[in-house]
Amino acid sequence: MPHKLRHALTVASFMAPATVGIVVFFLYPLGSAVYFSFTKFDLLSTPEWVGLRNYRHLFDDPFLTRAATNTLWLCVIMVPARMLGGLATAMLLTGLRRGSGIVRTIFYLPALAPPVAATLAFVYLLKPGVGPVNTALAQVGIDGPLWFNSPDWSKPSLVLLCLWAVGDVMVLYLAALLDVPQAQLEAARIDGANAWQRFRAVTLPNIAPVVTFTAVIGVITTLQYFAQAAVAASAASGQATTGAGISSTFGYPEGSTFTYPLWLYVVGFRYGALGYANAMAVVLFLVAFAVSLLLLRRSLKVT
Amino acid sequence: MRRIVPLIPLLTAVALLAAACTPGPKDKPIADPGADVSGTVEFWHFFTDREATAIDGVVADFQASHPKIKVVVKSGQDDSKMTQAIGGGQGPDVGLSYSTDIVGQFCASGAWLDLGQYLTRDKVSLDGFPQTVKEYTQYKNKRCAMPVLADAYGLYYNKKLFAEAGIAGPPKTLDEFADAAKKLTKRSADGTIQVAGFLPLWGFYENAPSHLGPMVGGQWLKGDGTSAIGGDPAWQTLLKWQKDLVDWYGYDKLEAFRASLGDEYSDANAFQKGQVAMNFDGEYRIAFAKDQAPDLQFGVAPMPTSSPDRYGSGYVTGNVIGISRTAKNPEAAWELIKYLTTDTKAIVKLANTLKNIPTTKDALASPDLHLDPEFKVFVDIFNHPKTSTTPPSSAGPAYQETFQTFCDTWQSGGAADLGKGLSDVDKQVNSLLQLGG
Repeated sequence: MPHKLRHALTVASFMAPATVGIVVFFLYPLGSAVYFSFTKFDLLSTPEWVGLRNYRHLFDDPFLTRAATNTLWLCVIMVPARMLGGLATAMLLTGLRRGSGIVRTIFYLPALAPPVAATLAFVYLLKPGVGPVNTALAQVGIDGPLWFNSPDWSKPSLVLLCLWAVGDVMVLYLAALLDVPQAQLEAARIDGANAWQRFRAVTLPNIAPVVTFTAVIGVITTLQYFAQAAVAASAASGQATTGAGISSTFGYPEGSTFTYPLWLYVVGFRYGALGYANAMAVVLFLVAFAVSLLLLRRSLKVT
Repeated sequence: MRRIVPLIPLLTAVALLAAACTPGPKDKPIADPGADVSGTVEFWHFFTDREATAIDGVVADFQASHPKIKVVVKSGQDDSKMTQAIGGGQGPDVGLSYSTDIVGQFCASGAWLDLGQYLTRDKVSLDGFPQTVKEYTQYKNKRCAMPVLADAYGLYYNKKLFAEAGIAGPPKTLDEFADAAKKLTKRSADGTIQVAGFLPLWGFYENAPSHLGPMVGGQWLKGDGTSAIGGDPAWQTLLKWQKDLVDWYGYDKLEAFRASLGDEYSDANAFQKGQVAMNFDGEYRIAFAKDQAPDLQFGVAPMPTSSPDRYGSGYVTGNVIGISRTAKNPEAAWELIKYLTTDTKAIVKLANTLKNIPTTKDALASPDLHLDPEFKVFVDIFNHPKTSTTPPSSAGPAYQETFQTFCDTWQSGGAADLGKGLSDVDKQVNSLLQLGG
């Protein structure tokens, strides 16, 4: 066997497990999604080619517009809120001299709670009238809002929920902050830089890669925001969470928690329009891809 | 870009593979009359716990009378799992669903076999089933499902609160109902609702347009399957009536009140706790109320209606059962379905255990059926000639949920033009019908 061929085969054999994984779990589903997005398909019948019809309908679907607007709101508010919350908590912890191990664990624990259980607990805590939060607020003379039952407060309530479980982001920032060279911080302090100037000129450039990483991951996960929105709406509406009408509670109150993936699920699996749902999924993929690319390029420029 | 170009043939190949791996319907010939039926049947249903035990009991009776057939029961299976299993070629022989919403899609796509051929061969007459039940188990004259028990919806009212307010009996018209709701309502000094005569918000417990539609006789779909909602003035009557009542309470006051109430299926249910004096619900609430609120004095009645000829009717829906097109033993599957849906003893036994309404005329008339006075009201609603259901659609519940979304907007004051709003509902429903089913 010629040496070159042998070398190529060796390389290929080493690459094979990863290649098989990528083809089976990424390229095949992606290719299928793209193909189905040009078809009328209900999972049960043979797909029927419909060209660009599914994509054209994206521009003429008021439910999609509403869902995309809600998801955009979450991306603009929730992602920075989580990043700031995570960073602030991490900075607080790096400043602790005693008991930081215990405090770290306490701050991290909520991130381990299953999203459904955490959401149900939050709906109960924030339940207007009988919930502990509004009861406590009433004690000090504040008439608490309707939280998950108000279209104006439902999304901010979801942001509160995600801030409570900010431990995963916090751990990343904590590691990055502990990696900031002390010598640089000392030098800046000697040069007379105040706390903000030290953060701006020393800490931030050092943790920039982690900031970019949390932004990219934050946007991608928020674009797929599903479980908490579905459970919060269902629990707050007071209706049963099982049975045929599960998707009728999605979005409660007044469609304010109806996110893009929820609509994707409903049209695909409830209304049998899987072709259209695939078109929505492809658009979601492209948006996530474009935003990630944009953030990475900006971050490269900065560094 | 140059890096992406080599990916294109690969993606195309993957797409072609996806196309090749997708399901297509298959026809299966059926056996001759009197053929010997044996073998194993896999039976998926959605029941769990106590209700699953009731199903097991009836299946045991079936096996005793059909010793050559072995039934493998899998409980707690939902519709999306069944859809995926059938699509992937691994569906059960027999599937039992809680939702009539799947009938349109399963019949149209052939996911469930057409049972017409079995019914004809075994001379099973459909005259033994009430009309409404026949409607929700077929789609465009293709009978791919059979009924297994049903739910009927009516009005529950709190007798003690009625006596306190000096109201003699349950209201029969929309006006009487609104008057009673107002009389029964109690507010605190600042206007906060303490007891609502009726909580008229859409989305509260069972207040779905599908359940309340029979009050005005609203039509859902036209003969061709497209939306009839915008063209039927009955829906406007219902929505205007409901909005008037919402405005009388104050939308914000109602939302605040609703937010303070307990969950529908918990023992904090607002009707059971006397926080809501009148409520629409299914017959199954009788068992819940007697179990969770034994001191509650309640009565049941048909829903009030916009015209007297419809009084006594209501909304009916039920469980449906069918044979997957991927069934390995369709003949034995049919035997099981025939037993569960036409054998009077089996149906009455299930109805008595699950406290649901039986779905054949013989079972309804059976002396073995436990009929207490409250349950009988629901059986009468079920039997009323004007009682209606939500028709099967190839896009599942898209028409109901699109309408419900508009109703939510309407009650909050977010839609000024009712006619235009309902036309938009039609447009959206018809688009979804084109994209799906």
